[in-house]
Amino acid sequence: MGHKFLVHAPGDSVGVAVEPIRGGETVEGVVLEDDSTVRLKAADDIPLGHKIALAAVKPGDPVVKYGEPVGRATAAIAPGTHVHAHNLKSARW
Amino acid sequence: MEPTILGYRRDDGTFGVRNHVIVLPLDDLSNTAAEGVAKLIPGTLAIPHPYGRLQFGADLDLHFRTLIGTGSNPNVAACIVIGIEPNWTKRVVDGIATTGKPVAMFSIEGAGDLRTIERASRTAMRMLQQASEQPREPVEFATATVSMKCGESDTTTGLASCPSMGQFAERHTARGGTVLFGETSELTGGEHIVAGRMATPALRDRFLQRYKDYVGFIESQGVDLLGSQPTQGNIAGGLTTIEEKAFGNIQKIGKCQVVGVLDPAVAPSGPGLHFMDTSSAAAECITLMAAAGAVIHLFATGQGNIVGHPIVPVIKISGNPHTVETMSEHIDVDVTGLLRREMTLAQAGDVVMHAVLRTARGRLTAAEALGHREFVLTKLYRSA
Repeated sequence: MGHKFLVHAPGDSVGVAVEPIRGGETVEGVVLEDDSTVRLKAADDIPLGHKIALAAVKPGDPVVKYGEPVGRATAAIAPGTHVHAHNLKSARW
Repeated sequence: MEPTILGYRRDDGTFGVRNHVIVLPLDDLSNTAAEGVAKLIPGTLAIPHPYGRLQFGADLDLHFRTLIGTGSNPNVAACIVIGIEPNWTKRVVDGIATTGKPVAMFSIEGAGDLRTIERASRTAMRMLQQASEQPREPVEFATATVSMKCGESDTTTGLASCPSMGQFAERHTARGGTVLFGETSELTGGEHIVAGRMATPALRDRFLQRYKDYVGFIESQGVDLLGSQPTQGNIAGGLTTIEEKAFGNIQKIGKCQVVGVLDPAVAPSGPGLHFMDTSSAAAECITLMAAAGAVIHLFATGQGNIVGHPIVPVIKISGNPHTVETMSEHIDVDVTGLLRREMTLAQAGDVVMHAVLRTARGRLTAAEALGHREFVLTKLYRSA
């Protein structure tokens, strides 16, 4: 099975779909920094370029990408779900 | 072996990768005459713009610096400057003349458009004929200044196109080349990373001050940047926050140290990677970097920004498979293989370097072939 998402750094809470992902399918991702692979079941449809949650994030907690916080969860995020403007907001403005 | 290209040597020791004869208006009122010259003498290039009247202080300084820098750019063989009155026109002409290249001034008051166009056209014609005889000569590409920016970014920018440019930045600076990057407000969330790359504590302080001033100015206008940053295009492409956008953006500097923090349109004083305090709007940023002497611009795009520049070839790099397919005429370098993992980052760097060298040897970029000539002056505040 080929990868359908890429992860910038180990420990990131999200990956990026590099092919459209359908809700319910089990998908594989590759971590760019160490070439390790991650597998999980997608809960939502995720368009190419959009983010898939790899770990649960509580509301108010940071979402990590590139090994750095890129904003805070505005709702509970479950693994496999779509992460975007409906559940993630900038911590800056 | 160091890559060589075929460039145009200039009297000030620089070399260009293009040989334009430009007709540069000082002000909005002189656009018609400048365009009249370019119409009579096809092969010359008018660069119209909307400003140059009743500006003052730092805003006027930037106006002069940008016009002088544009005329002084190594891609310009010769330059005609046309202004409504002689005083300010002469300032621009004198600035360009320090490069040693042919430059001539014409002012419209007391002559009118038609006489000005006729006189300027006779000079422009001679300049064009002279430029047409200048041969391309082998030069070391490593001495060139290359600028970089990304636009209409999405998550593929951070995965593919910006890291590919980062490879270029590392290789070009390692060979003694000069690279510029900017986009002050779009570093938000990652400004500490850029600050950490500054070569000295003084540069770090200077960078952080520029960053604070820029973001402070935006916030002082009472606007919520959530509406414009990330942009609608960014969000459609999967980018959610300004921090996420910034980390993607910063991939373009690779692992380089930053050796300079430049005011807009100021030429770097030496080789290496320099930060320039610029807007993140594509044409404004490229115009400022061209005025600082960049002869090629690398532009990473996700959702498909189509910007060009009148005198600097803009090379588009994309890692978004939809964009590469649906906007193929705008994309020079396809790095979608990074997403499929059919291409390594080093190979992506090779592809970018190859595109830069072909462009430097004379191949027209997509933006040049399509006639994209965006020239946008940065205005710091309203005129008097």
